[in-house]
Amino acid sequence: MLVYGRSKYILALLVLLLSALYSLPNIYPQDPSVQITPNRGAKVDTAFRQRVDATLKAAGVVPKKVEVQSGGELLVRLNTPDAQIRASDVLRDAVGSNYVVALNLASTVPGWLRAVGARPMLLGLDLQGGVHFLMQVDQKAALEKRFESYAEDLRVLLRENRVRYESVERRPDGSIVVTMAPGEKTDAAQALVAKNLPNLTNEVAGNTIVVRVPDSELQKITTDAIEQNVGTLRNRINELGVAEPVIQRQGTDRVVVELPGVQDTAQAKRILGATATLEYRGVVEGNAYEAISSGNVPPEARVYYRKELGPDGKPVPILLNKRVIASGEQLVGATSGYDSQSGTPMVAITLNGVGGQRMFDYTSQNVGKPMAVVYIERIPEVKKVDGQEVKTIRTSEQVINVATIQGVFSKQFQTTGLESPKEAADLALLLRAGALAAPMDFVEERIVGPSLGKENIQRGVEAVGYSFLFALVFFLFYYRMFGIITCLALLLNLLVVLAILSVMGATMTLPGLAGIALTVGMSVDANVLINERIREDLRLGLQPLTAISEGYKRASGTIMDANMTTILAGVALFAFGTGPVKGFAVTLIVGIVTSMYTAVSVSRGIAALIYGRRRKLQSIAI
Amino acid sequence: MKPFNLFPYDSNLDFMRLRHISIGIATLIMVIAIGAMALKSFNFALDFTGGTVTELKFAKAADVDVVRQRLATHGFENAQVQRFGSSSDLLVRLQPKTGAAGAKQTAEDVVRAASTPDNPAKVTKSDFVGPQVGKELALNGLYALLFVLLGFLIYISARFEFKFAVAAIITTLHDVVLVCGWFAISRHEFDLTVLAGVLAVMGFSINDTIVVFDRVRENFRGMRASPTEIMNKSVNQTLSRTIITSFVAFLSMLALYLFGGASLRGLAEAQIIGVLIGTLSSIFIACPLLLMMNVTKQDLMPKAKDEAALARRP
Repeated sequence: MLVYGRSKYILALLVLLLSALYSLPNIYPQDPSVQITPNRGAKVDTAFRQRVDATLKAAGVVPKKVEVQSGGELLVRLNTPDAQIRASDVLRDAVGSNYVVALNLASTVPGWLRAVGARPMLLGLDLQGGVHFLMQVDQKAALEKRFESYAEDLRVLLRENRVRYESVERRPDGSIVVTMAPGEKTDAAQALVAKNLPNLTNEVAGNTIVVRVPDSELQKITTDAIEQNVGTLRNRINELGVAEPVIQRQGTDRVVVELPGVQDTAQAKRILGATATLEYRGVVEGNAYEAISSGNVPPEARVYYRKELGPDGKPVPILLNKRVIASGEQLVGATSGYDSQSGTPMVAITLNGVGGQRMFDYTSQNVGKPMAVVYIERIPEVKKVDGQEVKTIRTSEQVINVATIQGVFSKQFQTTGLESPKEAADLALLLRAGALAAPMDFVEERIVGPSLGKENIQRGVEAVGYSFLFALVFFLFYYRMFGIITCLALLLNLLVVLAILSVMGATMTLPGLAGIALTVGMSVDANVLINERIREDLRLGLQPLTAISEGYKRASGTIMDANMTTILAGVALFAFGTGPVKGFAVTLIVGIVTSMYTAVSVSRGIAALIYGRRRKLQSIAI
Repeated sequence: MKPFNLFPYDSNLDFMRLRHISIGIATLIMVIAIGAMALKSFNFALDFTGGTVTELKFAKAADVDVVRQRLATHGFENAQVQRFGSSSDLLVRLQPKTGAAGAKQTAEDVVRAASTPDNPAKVTKSDFVGPQVGKELALNGLYALLFVLLGFLIYISARFEFKFAVAAIITTLHDVVLVCGWFAISRHEFDLTVLAGVLAVMGFSINDTIVVFDRVRENFRGMRASPTEIMNKSVNQTLSRTIITSFVAFLSMLALYLFGGASLRGLAEAQIIGVLIGTLSSIFIACPLLLMMNVTKQDLMPKAKDEAALARRP
């Protein structure tokens, strides 16, 4: 007979209440707001708040509310997006570089809801506007760089242990060949290499030692490179001031960056894509002009060019040592400011232990001698080779600063000689964010304007609404009382899906909304199966109550099999899809799983509630 | 009160007699669809080919030809410029280029080239995809397809029987091929969301087929009749359900097509066609295929091993 246990009713009621509670945050609108995050020891205090208030007042912007958040950030809520842009512009100028000003959408969900962990779904870029970048890490360059540093390590190692060698060379096959000086035995050198660089393999061939980097090590280098890049990107984006950025590794050599709300893509790309780095090199004494004209460059030196133009209108050449004292990777921090002595813009630099030690070693022997800073930029170019376009990277190296070493220093020092406060600030920004371990290229870029985002949300919600409406009207018309039951189950399913997606912290995208609409089509299938079964059983002459319970019982197996296969397709979509397609898959899977409960169990409960107590039921409206 | 019925519940149409015709037609259409895909290929969107599509909103009405010329002078020779929506909305499409030239044709470059001081443009939406990424996406789509087919094969073999699995997969593949064929013939743009739609069609199509097969299994176990009669009975019994479910799914996809905006139209289109074809194939193809493979009652009986296990029970 048609019975539905009390505990099942309680469960259904619980599901209803919890779903309602956890999907509730989604109906609260979000305030356009400006978030000010203090940086490097700065604080949001009363004085700072007054300054912000005064700035806003002077600009004629009336904030809705100004509040301090739990993380110490100041949140300025505004009434309109226009006011938000205006406020962020004036505040960015006013608060200075110790604070990061970011556009944000602040939740208006009341505290009691947040206390139980209820939160709204995040909106995807297609629904709120923003930029999506896919960046590819140049693994080859990362390896290249690492090989160079291995070769340098070998040279230092041999020199420090007084092992005479003729050359340390990199070969195109990925090995490093150490050629010993005539008469020098390879044994000592080999022992040194094996002891100090245990992660490399080496073998002796004649008077050379061939050092190879094993595959596992190569693997590690490339993994490290992308990990480091993700970290660096995260820093750079924090500098950029984006409220909720997404930075994710994708596959072996890609990084996805999503910046909601960002409109100035040029600025974003400059910061993200720049691969500027610094190298500190000693200056080799001698006349560079003469060296170039005679071709007689000292063996330890290389010709670089300064930023300044000489009397001939060309950049001034300078001879620098081939050995790098310290480089971008060893850089820990950099801040711009004004030099207390000259009053010119400067960047104060902090190195890590290794870099500091090397700097100390160098400066302690070279006080009074000049040291140069080389600014290296990577510029992608295309050349035609045999009619084929070949991508190459031009590396522009420019000596931006030559300064005399005033005293012995290690970790902390200053670089002066920058043209403007802006240049100092830009350089400091790039340096602070750290040099990328490997260069990256943009392989995908998607921009959604904020107005389009709004339009998408409206359209998507409308489409989902209509798809429900169409289904509901049809069911009411076709199955009458059981149509109502089906509709209730369908609406509960929507609520449960929204609640689950919200609790999961899922990002709602336009295809995600399409997934919800599709779920309608899929989940009604269960109810159609049940209702048709009931009709069939009625036609066979079963009593109404028996027909209902038989219908439910016999349809369940079919529903299970049919839904499992559909879920399988959803899983494939999730596994192989990217970005928005994943959102579609997630809503589809969640929707089908929940529909198995709402359409089979809950709808039966409702049917039992309506018909279960009427023992002498003659007919049912189906 | 008499139930409201769109379809006579006691229908007894002889679908199986039509089986040679229906499978013949299905094969023919499939050949046409595959031919269309092979000869005409797809109108792949930039998701797969790479390139740039930028939607610009100008401050004032902008002339398509003038903008095209301006783009050409900035090095975008083959830019397609077309109007969409109002006279101040233009769509700029650039062919993919490899390497750094490709990286130089992003939204900001297009805006810079298209804007004039007195009529500046703003980006409403822009997609730039490198060619390499596109190829991978297409490949991933193919992997997903294979994954789904394999999953179906395993699941249906386990729950039903191997012959059922093969018939279900052929039916599903038929639906997918036809939907893809439609996109090849109509030259409608094939983008990532269409691919998602096509894969979801597999879910829908298999759903329909499974419901029919489920009834076939039930009837094989409960009826004493020839396989042909059982197939016919099963299709007729589930006919009403098949059509109602498809109709509701069709309605919800129609809502998506009509109200979801341009970016969801491709997905909805794939789904709508998939629903139509999936419904027909579950009626006209799935069971005839089973018949052709000579499915018998014995195929669905518990295996000897299980019988032995049953016999051991007290």
